[in-house]
Amino acid sequence: MYLSLFLTFLRIGAFTIGGGYAMLPLIEREAVGRKWMSREEFVDVLAVAQAMPGIFAVNIAIFIGYRLKKTPGSIVCCLAAVLPSFLMILTIALCFAHIKDNAWVDRMFRGIRPVVVALIAVPCLSAAKTVGITWQTAVIPIAAALLIWQMGVSPVYIVLLAAAGGWLYGRLMGRL
Amino acid sequence: MIYLQLFLTYIKIGLFNFGGGYAMLSFIRHEVVDKHGWIGSQEFTDIVAISQTTPGPIGINSATYVGYAATVNAGYSPAMGALGSVVATIAVCLPSFAIVLAISRFYAAFRRNRHVEAAFLGLRPATVGLIAAAALMLMNDDNFVDGKSIALFAVAFALSWRFKVHPIAIIAMAALAGILLY
Repeated sequence: MYLSLFLTFLRIGAFTIGGGYAMLPLIEREAVGRKWMSREEFVDVLAVAQAMPGIFAVNIAIFIGYRLKKTPGSIVCCLAAVLPSFLMILTIALCFAHIKDNAWVDRMFRGIRPVVVALIAVPCLSAAKTVGITWQTAVIPIAAALLIWQMGVSPVYIVLLAAAGGWLYGRLMGRL
Repeated sequence: MIYLQLFLTYIKIGLFNFGGGYAMLSFIRHEVVDKHGWIGSQEFTDIVAISQTTPGPIGINSATYVGYAATVNAGYSPAMGALGSVVATIAVCLPSFAIVLAISRFYAAFRRNRHVEAAFLGLRPATVGLIAAAALMLMNDDNFVDGKSIALFAVAFALSWRFKVHPIAIIAMAALAGILLY
């Protein structure tokens, strides 16, 4: 059982490029397909893993591992999910110092750097769409971005402030 | 000492990361570039590029890379740097463990808790701001060296937003463009 958990999450860690959401279909097929949990349970786990702080993929691995085999299971799943990217990045880190002053690599990265910014701007706009930002609520992300970008405020305070603000809003609207 | 700093910083990053990898970027940058100066602004952008082309969550990738780079930049050997990777990577996962163990017992209650739901009314829009801050912070002279940079940005944005081209393909094209243009 531990071996099968380990191998499953190793595969998930090794083959998902582009963040936690890209690997959801893969995890669902493994977890629900192998009858580790029902589809309803899986959706519940997803909701909680999203609501938690931390890395989404790691949260899901720990959650599923814990539900199946308690603490040892969660350690096995987390380790397996993290191992492929850890090994790959460590290898890159060991080599990068030697190659980054290479003229070719330098030219490549000159082309890549502005593109990285575009590849962050796009998920920002998609997230704004998903969250349903309107002209009225746009003040929240704009204020958050300006505080971090221009004033150097730590995002920790933004997260705490936003959570407190949401709670207060719910309270004022009489939902709590 | 560097290990302790890495450990505490990545615990904090693991604990306060809401809203996915991109929202995490502004936080990671704030900590590792602005506050501790472990890596430079350009190197940070390079890590993001590497993360986008390799498997695994960006939070893990950054912890592994920064753990290594911070230790080596502090004057230690590459082997000590590898240990720094281990320390930062474990630290970024630890808060998740603590929280999962704490809420597993009553997770259905947590999920439908009205107080938690209300907090998310504020957290969700703020997440968009966190991602925007990451993009804005990277719009600097290090990453945009001339007009060609701006053109590359615009083309990549259009390819990703309008035509849904995969990020790996876009980065590969950008690397090629860099060799041709510079």
